[in-house]
Amino acid sequence: MKSLAELQAIKDKMKDKVVLREGTGEIRVVVGMATCGIAAGARPVLNAFVEGVNKENLSDKVTVSQTGCIGICQYEPVVEIFEAGKEKVTYVKMNAEKAAQVIESHLKNGKVIEKYTIGANS
Amino acid sequence: MKELSLNILDIAGNSVKAGATRAEVLIVETDDTLSLIFKDNGCGMTKQQVENVTDPFFTTRTTRNVGLGIPFLKLAAEQTGGSFSIESATKEESPENHGTTTTAVFFKNSIDFTPLGDVISTVTTLIQGSPHIDWRFSHTYGEKEVCIDTAEIRSVLGDDVPLDSYEVIEWIKSSLEEEYDSFYK
Repeated sequence: MKSLAELQAIKDKMKDKVVLREGTGEIRVVVGMATCGIAAGARPVLNAFVEGVNKENLSDKVTVSQTGCIGICQYEPVVEIFEAGKEKVTYVKMNAEKAAQVIESHLKNGKVIEKYTIGANS
Repeated sequence: MKELSLNILDIAGNSVKAGATRAEVLIVETDDTLSLIFKDNGCGMTKQQVENVTDPFFTTRTTRNVGLGIPFLKLAAEQTGGSFSIESATKEESPENHGTTTTAVFFKNSIDFTPLGDVISTVTTLIQGSPHIDWRFSHTYGEKEVCIDTAEIRSVLGDDVPLDSYEVIEWIKSSLEEEYDSFYK
């Protein structure tokens, strides 16, 4: 492994930041990562969300997590967005580029991209 | 699956579902072969389950009646002339030493050998998805080794900084990238 001293530096730098993050996460982004999702290209979608959320400084309010098979394999990669007090939004047939758009429009500005949702694709 | 690294991501997910606290993903290469070995201390499988697990119409999930993860891996190995095996012990059978070991051997020179692909992305995805598990990833080729052990990383970070923090995941990624640079030289 790389030098653990560097990791120690990350730890010191992050200590304060982590405290801030606790108790937040109003928006949950969940990516389907079962065999069906992975085969359809979920890994780059997940990574796009993880990187994008951090780059846009959204990690205080957005958490990105993985789940198993959602049950609609033909629509994979599937991404579900849960937000308190709002109806769940299900994005289907996702890729990294669409993920970037969802971050910009939905996560940053609260505007659902209808054309990528399951309602517009079934 | 387009890359073996995607099979790795998929199969290692089974260890998570089995409730493992420690999971190892080993890639062992020789000049002719590449072996994938998945070892965990999860709940294990009964003999009946081990027999059924390569059958695509056997699955533990409830959303659908097919399970293709293991059949895909087995096919990918066997189409290169390689082999596939699973050994498993349940908690009842072996309270001290339960868990599952899955091994797939590939012949690299076969025309049907699937390239390994982006292993680093698979490792960071596994850690991000299940940061509470002690993951050990190792890729060896003769004397050379690329290795990451999240128990070691966690012992440096302590309880204050979660393993799935973006900064830590990025560090793991760049650590693996550095090691792979000299691995393939």
